[in-house]
Amino acid sequence: MSAPLVRSRGGAAAALWLAGLVLLGLSIALTITIGPADIAVTDVWAVVGERLGFGDAGLSLIREGIIWDLRLPRTVLAAVCGAGLGLCGVVMQSLLRNPLADPYVLGISSGASTGAVLVVVLGIGSGVLSLSLGAFLGSLVSFTLVMLLSHFVGGTADRVILAGVAAMQLFSALTSFIVMSVADSRQTRSVLFWLLGSLSGTGWFEVWLCLGALLAVLVVCTAKASSLDAFTFGQDAAASLGVAVARTRMLLLVVTALLTATLVSSSGAIGFVGLVLPHAARAIVGPGHRGLLPTTALAGAIFLVWIDTIARTALDPQEIPVGVMTSLVGVPAFVVILYRSRKVH
Amino acid sequence: MSLSAEEVSWRTGGKLIVDGVSIAPGEGETVGLLGPNGSGKSSLLRLLSGVRPVSDGVVRLDGSPIERFGRGNVARRVAVVEQHAGTEVDMSVLDVVRLGRIPHRRAWSAATAEDEAAVRSAVEYTRLADKVDRSWHTLSGGERQRVQIARALAQQPKELLLDEPTNHLDIQHQLELLGLVVRIPVTSVIALHDLNLAAMFCDHLMVLARGRAVAAGSPEEVLTEELIAEVYNVRARVAPEGPGGRPAIRFFPD
Repeated sequence: MSAPLVRSRGGAAAALWLAGLVLLGLSIALTITIGPADIAVTDVWAVVGERLGFGDAGLSLIREGIIWDLRLPRTVLAAVCGAGLGLCGVVMQSLLRNPLADPYVLGISSGASTGAVLVVVLGIGSGVLSLSLGAFLGSLVSFTLVMLLSHFVGGTADRVILAGVAAMQLFSALTSFIVMSVADSRQTRSVLFWLLGSLSGTGWFEVWLCLGALLAVLVVCTAKASSLDAFTFGQDAAASLGVAVARTRMLLLVVTALLTATLVSSSGAIGFVGLVLPHAARAIVGPGHRGLLPTTALAGAIFLVWIDTIARTALDPQEIPVGVMTSLVGVPAFVVILYRSRKVH
Repeated sequence: MSLSAEEVSWRTGGKLIVDGVSIAPGEGETVGLLGPNGSGKSSLLRLLSGVRPVSDGVVRLDGSPIERFGRGNVARRVAVVEQHAGTEVDMSVLDVVRLGRIPHRRAWSAATAEDEAAVRSAVEYTRLADKVDRSWHTLSGGERQRVQIARALAQQPKELLLDEPTNHLDIQHQLELLGLVVRIPVTSVIALHDLNLAAMFCDHLMVLARGRAVAAGSPEEVLTEELIAEVYNVRARVAPEGPGGRPAIRFFPD
C-alpha cells in the first residue's frame, strides 16, 4: 500500500536534470562544429579553455573568431532563449489556467514588433542595439497596457487573456500600418525577418544580458513553484491553500514579462517553444512545478540549440528564420505528444 | 470556539450578500448551512476561510482576527472543499492530494517524510489508496469530491469548510460522502441543499435567507414546517422522529 505512495522522486529528478545538463553541454559543443568552416569538437573545447585561461588553443585567429565570436554566442543565446521561453510558457499556462497560453499571450511580441519597426522606419540610432531597445520598450508598453486593461475589466484569468488578445491585435495593426505607409521594401524585409525570430549576429553582450535575466527569473519562479501548483484548481483554491493570489500573480507576470521582453528584443519573437515545450515536459515529469520548471527550461534549451542549427545550415548560405523552423519541426513533434497522451482523457 | 464569525457582512457591487451573520461552531461539531440559492451560504464560507475580506464584523481564529494570521497560517488550520473543482491540467489523484501540503512547504524544499505521511493517511482515510495513480479526469463526481476531501485532510486542518459537496451526486454517494465528512474528527461547516441530509448528519443547523441568519439550533429546533414555508416558500410535513431519531421532511406540491 505504501509502495506507490512513497516514490523517491527527488533522486530521479536530480538524475534527469544532470542528464539534461550534460546533453545540453554536448549539444552546444556539437552544433558549433556544424557549418561551412571545418571545426572539430576538440577545437571548441580548446578555444573555451583558452578563454578561461588554460593555455593556447593553437588555432588560427579566423577559426578562433568563428568559434568564439560567431558560433558560440549564437548557440548559447539559442539555449538561453529556449530555456527562458519554455519557463515563461509554463508560468503563463499555470497562472492563466490555459493550456494554450504562451509567453506572448500578454502582447509582448506584438508590442516589441511595433517598437522595433518604429526604430527602423524613423531611423533612430543605428544598428541592432537601438532595434533591441525599441523592441524592449514596445513590449513593456504593451504589457503595461494589458495589465491596466485587465485590471480595469475585472482582473480574472480569462479577462487577462482577452486584454492580451486586444493588445496583440492593436499592436499588430499598428505594425502593419507603419510598414505599409512608411517603410521601403528593404526595411520591410529586415523587419519581417527579425519578427519571425533570428539569432544571427548575436554578440556576447546579449548573451550575458539574457542569461542574467533567465537565471534571476528561474530563481523567482522555482521559489514560487508550489504557489504555481496551487493555481491548478483556480484562484480561490489557491487562496485557500495559503497563496497571496494577487501579489503572487503580479510578481510572476511582471518577472516573466521582463524576461520575455529581454529575449524578444535580442532574438525576435521565436514562436512555438513557449507553447509546446511545457506540454512536452509535463509528459515527462508530470504537472508538479518543482520538477516542471527546470525540466522545461532544459528541454527548451536543447530544442532551440538544435533547431537553430538546422535553421542556419539547412538552406546554406541562405538562413531560415529560427521561428519558422521551430514550428516546422515542432508541430509534428507536438502532434506526436498529443497522440501519445490521448488515452489519459 | 476555534473559528467563529461575529456580525459579519460582505458587500459586492453595492449589494449586501452576507448581512450581519454570527456563527461559532463548537469544537468537533458538524454545522450545516441551509438556505435557498443566493442566500449567502457560499459567501459566508469564503468569509470564514478568509479568502474574502469581510466588509463589516470580524472572523476570529482562536480569538484573534483571521487577517492577522497571514494566508499560509490560515491554510494550515482551515481547509476548504469547493462546490466545483475543475482543472485543465492532467493530474493524478496523488498529485491532487499532494496540493494539500502546499501550506506546509517552504520555498525550494522537497516533500518531507511528514508530508508523505500526511498524504498517505488522507488517502487511506478517504479509501482512495487503490486509485492514487488514476487521472483526475477519469474520476466520477463522487470520486472527485472524495479526492478534494483527501486534499483538504492532507492540510491537517482543525476546521473544514465544505460548499455543497454533494451536488450532482447520486443518493448513495451523497450518503457515503457525508458519512465520511462527519466521521472526520474536525470542526466542519457544510453548506447543503438537502434538508433531510442536513437533519441526518449535522449536529447544528443555521438557515440563511437573503444574507441573514433566520434560524439556528439543533435540527429538531430549526426544521419546522413554518420555517420551511417561510424561507423556501414550500409546504412540508416534518416527522420529528425520522431515521436515526432525526426529523424527516416531506414536501407537498402546490
